[in-house]
Amino acid sequence: MAKLKIRVDQDKCQGHARCKSLAPELFELDKYGNAHEIGDGTVPAGLEDKAWLAQTNCPEIAIEVTEE
Amino acid sequence: MSDAASYLPQHPPVTDWVNDFDHTDPRWTEDPFPIWDELRTASPVVHTERFLGCYMPTTYEAVRAIANDTEHFSSRRVVVRDIRPEQLGKAPPITSDPPEHKPAKQLLLPPFTPDAMKKLAPRVRAICNELIDEFIADGKCDAASRYTKHIPVRAIAHMLGIPEKDGDRFIQWIHQILELGIKSQEVLVKAAEEMDTYFAGHIEHRKTHPSDDLISTLMNAKDKDGKPLDDAHVLGSLRLLLIAGIDTTWSAIGSALWHLARTPADRERLVKEPALMPLAVEELLRAYSPVTMAREVMKETTVSGCPVKPGNMVLLSFPAANRDPAMFSNADKVVLDRKENRHAAFGLGIHRCVGSNLARMEMTVALEEWLKRIPDFRLDPAGKVTWSEGTVRGPRHLPVLFGKSA
Repeated sequence: MAKLKIRVDQDKCQGHARCKSLAPELFELDKYGNAHEIGDGTVPAGLEDKAWLAQTNCPEIAIEVTEE
Repeated sequence: MSDAASYLPQHPPVTDWVNDFDHTDPRWTEDPFPIWDELRTASPVVHTERFLGCYMPTTYEAVRAIANDTEHFSSRRVVVRDIRPEQLGKAPPITSDPPEHKPAKQLLLPPFTPDAMKKLAPRVRAICNELIDEFIADGKCDAASRYTKHIPVRAIAHMLGIPEKDGDRFIQWIHQILELGIKSQEVLVKAAEEMDTYFAGHIEHRKTHPSDDLISTLMNAKDKDGKPLDDAHVLGSLRLLLIAGIDTTWSAIGSALWHLARTPADRERLVKEPALMPLAVEELLRAYSPVTMAREVMKETTVSGCPVKPGNMVLLSFPAANRDPAMFSNADKVVLDRKENRHAAFGLGIHRCVGSNLARMEMTVALEEWLKRIPDFRLDPAGKVTWSEGTVRGPRHLPVLFGKSA
């Protein structure tokens, strides 16, 4: 499986926090509840499905998943 | 206190939904879903002359476009009503547009993060069980008036640092502002004044008796220039938290129980697979979204190819967007483990509900505790389910019988 990388677009994120709920290993929230990818956004092996799940549930379409 | 609904002006019944829709029509209140489907089939944006002129986007795409367009659409009026008084009741940030919106919202966000809600969850769990204790021995109850109604009001009272027992007064004010206020300015103004007087007293008290509750947090907050918020801003935010935080979540929990009461397969599945709860809560929020918002058209534009003109309001129906088959497969079905669910129950864009994490927590805890103690229940054929009118939709009476049917 290709290596995945995630990124939360800070201009689009409105803090619905769906990603944090679905994939807490990949996302963290700031003090306002807005989401950021953890570290450099590299998705550890085995968490690919969670990355896609977060991406497909973000109401603001703020999460980019890219295959490296 | 008597219900003022009986003397409010009645709207003529709707005979042409596409050109003359009315979200206060009894048929909309009872079962809006086929109406939304009809409107959506007709056009992505429909219009009515009622309410002094009002559009309604019917597709998810059109709802998103309007929610994201703060240049042409203002939030200064967030309820579609019969009248449009010049004097605007401010409740920042929900009634704010850019650039005032962001700093007002940032003041409110930190107390409502998922982590903050985790700390509140044990109190909500206790509230749920205290309520269930009161009626479980009866073998039946009105789940809306005995259970779902009291959970959000007690939770928000706990956060604000005001007595949970004042809840019935809050519920009355909200009914007057959100439902009766659509048709009567007099009822709305009176309720808003009573609410302001109530909170002004709590603000004054804290000036000499500081506490660590949410009212004090707001009083101690600084605006973007580093100045403390004035009392009017604090009052407006409190008004918002109370109005937005109570019958919305009451409705969401109630609709979820209504669905589970009449869908044994989903109920049994949730009892057997409690780990499904997070996805199920999102799906129930999608299918039975309680909150419809409004915008006011400020400049002429087009939405999904339809011209939209100033002087009109917009009924921003997130519930209808969430039933759009172009966005959701089997949009009219509840699929508890729906994998792809970008639902808009908490709005889209900068006005995403400040209390969404609170609502989710309350809904999750309320369903978990109910299902633990009352895993089997069904609608009481001797009772009648009734629904609230207008801006927030949910069951106001939900008579259920406990146990398996005979």
